[in-house]
Amino acid sequence: MTETASTPIAGGKIESHRHSPKRLMLVGGGILVLLALIAIAAPLIAPHDPEAVEVHRVLGAPSLQHPFGSDVLGRDVLSRVIYALRASLMVSVSAVLASLILAVPLGLAAGYFGRWVDSTISRTLDLILVFPAMLLAVTFIAILGPGSVIAAIAIAVIYLPILARVMRTSTLIVSRNDYIAGSRARGASHLRVLATHVAPNAFGPVIVQASVLSAFALQLEAGLSFLGLGTQPPTPSLGGMLADGREVLIQAPWVEIFPGLAIVVAVLGFTFLGEGLRRAFDPRGVAE
Amino acid sequence: MSRQLGFIVRRLLLTIPMLFVMSIVVFLIIRLVPGDPVRTMLGFRATDANVAELRHRLGLDQSLLDQYLSWAGALLRGDLGKDIVSHASLAQLLAQRLPVTFELTGLSMLLAVLVGVPLGVRAATGGRWIRRLTEGFVVIGISVPDFWLGIVLVLIFAGTLMILPPSGYVPFATDPVGNLRYMVLPVLTLATGEAAYILRTTRGALGSVMSRPFITFLRAKGISPRRIVFGHALRNAGPSIVTVIGIQVGVLLGGAIIIETMFALPGVGRLVVTGINQRNYPTVQVGILAIATIFIVVSLITDLIVAWLDPRVADGAGT
Amino acid sequence: MSAVLSMRNVGVSFRTADAAQPAPAVDGVSLDIHRGEIFGIVGESGSGKSTLANAVMGLLPPNALVSGSIRVNDREVVGLSDDALRSMRGDEVSMIFQDPTASLDPTWPVGDQIAETIRAHYPVNARDAKARAIALMGEVGIADAAARYGDVPHRFSGGQRQRIVIAAALANNPQLLVADEPTTALDVTIQAQVLQLIDRLRRDHGTTVLLITHDLGVVSMVSDRVGVMYGGRLLETAATRELFANPSHPYTRALLAANPAGAPRGTRLPVIPAAWNIESLREAELLRAAAGAVND
Repeated sequence: MTETASTPIAGGKIESHRHSPKRLMLVGGGILVLLALIAIAAPLIAPHDPEAVEVHRVLGAPSLQHPFGSDVLGRDVLSRVIYALRASLMVSVSAVLASLILAVPLGLAAGYFGRWVDSTISRTLDLILVFPAMLLAVTFIAILGPGSVIAAIAIAVIYLPILARVMRTSTLIVSRNDYIAGSRARGASHLRVLATHVAPNAFGPVIVQASVLSAFALQLEAGLSFLGLGTQPPTPSLGGMLADGREVLIQAPWVEIFPGLAIVVAVLGFTFLGEGLRRAFDPRGVAE
Repeated sequence: MSRQLGFIVRRLLLTIPMLFVMSIVVFLIIRLVPGDPVRTMLGFRATDANVAELRHRLGLDQSLLDQYLSWAGALLRGDLGKDIVSHASLAQLLAQRLPVTFELTGLSMLLAVLVGVPLGVRAATGGRWIRRLTEGFVVIGISVPDFWLGIVLVLIFAGTLMILPPSGYVPFATDPVGNLRYMVLPVLTLATGEAAYILRTTRGALGSVMSRPFITFLRAKGISPRRIVFGHALRNAGPSIVTVIGIQVGVLLGGAIIIETMFALPGVGRLVVTGINQRNYPTVQVGILAIATIFIVVSLITDLIVAWLDPRVADGAGT
Repeated sequence: MSAVLSMRNVGVSFRTADAAQPAPAVDGVSLDIHRGEIFGIVGESGSGKSTLANAVMGLLPPNALVSGSIRVNDREVVGLSDDALRSMRGDEVSMIFQDPTASLDPTWPVGDQIAETIRAHYPVNARDAKARAIALMGEVGIADAAARYGDVPHRFSGGQRQRIVIAAALANNPQLLVADEPTTALDVTIQAQVLQLIDRLRRDHGTTVLLITHDLGVVSMVSDRVGVMYGGRLLETAATRELFANPSHPYTRALLAANPAGAPRGTRLPVIPAAWNIESLREAELLRAAAGAVND
């Protein structure tokens, strides 16, 4: 959430930067690019058909043939994890992107025009925050029924107020700069000022926030799918795999361990990327 | 003191529109279901007479405003309706389920605060190695999804060591020790991530307070470092920490939906999930209403504590 | 007349991460300040005057290297343990800072902030400490002190806050008060009142005052003697009247001529960050605090 400037001076000691922003971004971005490539190339690299049921392989332990073992129905866990990345990344990334597309103009307008525009937008979006995020997602799904598209929409709605607020704050700060007033005084239209001066300079924090939220979106999607409310079988999803293996957890832990690890790695990717971006593009700590 | 009182009154009044908006959303759940919610609930075998009967019983044949007024009126009288599957009174059902959710989230938050705040203080004021250790804990705590942590904990404590049950529940009143044994793993699961958040918040808030000039003036007065940290810095960091704790209660309540399902705890979260799967809308509504109400009340309490900790809030002088 | 504060060849430099050769912030300063005297040190920002003040208090960050000798009441301060420094601070020596608003804990009643200075050094019970704090508040000119003891700082004006800061700093009757730009953050009219208060208190209690400022007007108003600092060095010291009438060092002459801040050509000092920059930083912090934070 808030960690001001990331250099807390504790009792006069100056925190040394062990992780440079560049390295964090590279590690995070590298993990994500790798996972995305795996997801895209799933049909090419998955060793087995993720749907292929093999009765004699039910709950088979990891082996050379099946490095992650096989599940309750004898399906290859590795192949399923590879395919499941598709749903998990797709839902979380598209949800955050959709949220971003709505939040940026709303935040820009609220921060730039202020007054009633600001209070209308901000107060309305605040209403969304009356519900805890997970509960709102569940409420959404209660209405519209389970599914990955619905889960993505729910996640997008949940993050709308957060992203819009970050955009609003950074717009507010950028708008205070003298050159903004200057270009208005020289007769530039609001739209032109927003597009050429405000938006490009106010983008940093919201991108940082989007990256951080992607990590949460991924967990949220997995949680919903775990409850059977997100991505529906037979499409493999990481959360769904965790739900399937719950009954056999103690006999066949590999059914749970590997999909879980995939989530952890993806979340770490977004977290590192977000933290690196934060240090590089959000020195004022606007993003939460 | 009167300014404080004014703030309390204003904040209490603010709760009313929040509850109102929330009640409308919950009210609309059943009305927004695409198609005919009653038919969806009853399934394909229902006769037209059954459908009409349930529609009437749920008041869906009236105007939207009338429906809301009678629904909200019944709520205020404590009449939460009936579960359409078991026909049990939802008020009674809720009374059974709420204590489980309260116990789970309450114990989790307690543990998270007891671990997160002291470690956060050490992280903000301690040496290099404690900062690194706590940073590692924060990264792990935030990146590991709680349900996967739950799985790992079950594997360790129930699978390998066999010292705790993997899932299940007995009421505290029936068997206190058994109840706590069932609670250990779910609570650990929920509390770890929360502790990491609270640690990070405490560290950040305390760190920024420690670099403020009044800390230098305290040192210039010869006040001991202990007193500076615990008497002054923590008091100033308090509002940020309490605010985050309040927000994280919402996260915990959301997490409880997953964790209750995972550990077979009969709480409100599990009630909602089962309700959704059975298209049991009245029960889903009551469950969501209960969780959202808890969250709104916790936000209220949080704001009041923040105002008490930081007198400027109540004075409206900004934070 | 013995010196309350005596410095001999004091140097301060800061170790940095890139460790090349630490540039001295203070270099070879020697100075004696006598009992009951107000000694003003003038200089621009970056001249090392605040570093010198913090060195006297033992308040420098851990990466600071102090050389030479600083004696307060004949006790060596350089190299003193943290505990010994702490028991000295707020008792024998005290310090007040530029911004009275930032100097007080915003969440504590002001009276308690005065009383805690007393209780940090003497085994006084809470009631007596409170009585003494109320007396001090009265002495520095807070009207209706007993009633206002429990008020938090933001209920006071800037000038009143600085009076409270002074009361907290002088609670134990220290022999030496280091005042680092004590009036810079205040309105011009309030500045004079606070300076008069400092002047009155040193007359009443015999306190020695080391007054650090960039403002020649402040120095001329209350100082008995003045030292001029530039680039970490003490260029000259003289009685205030004499310095203004007959400055001996060329820099001092330039300073007096090009008041308020005129450095000789070719000796540019580090640029001060633009004020708006600091303000917008603070703004971001405020906005964030006001907005709260929601993540899941």
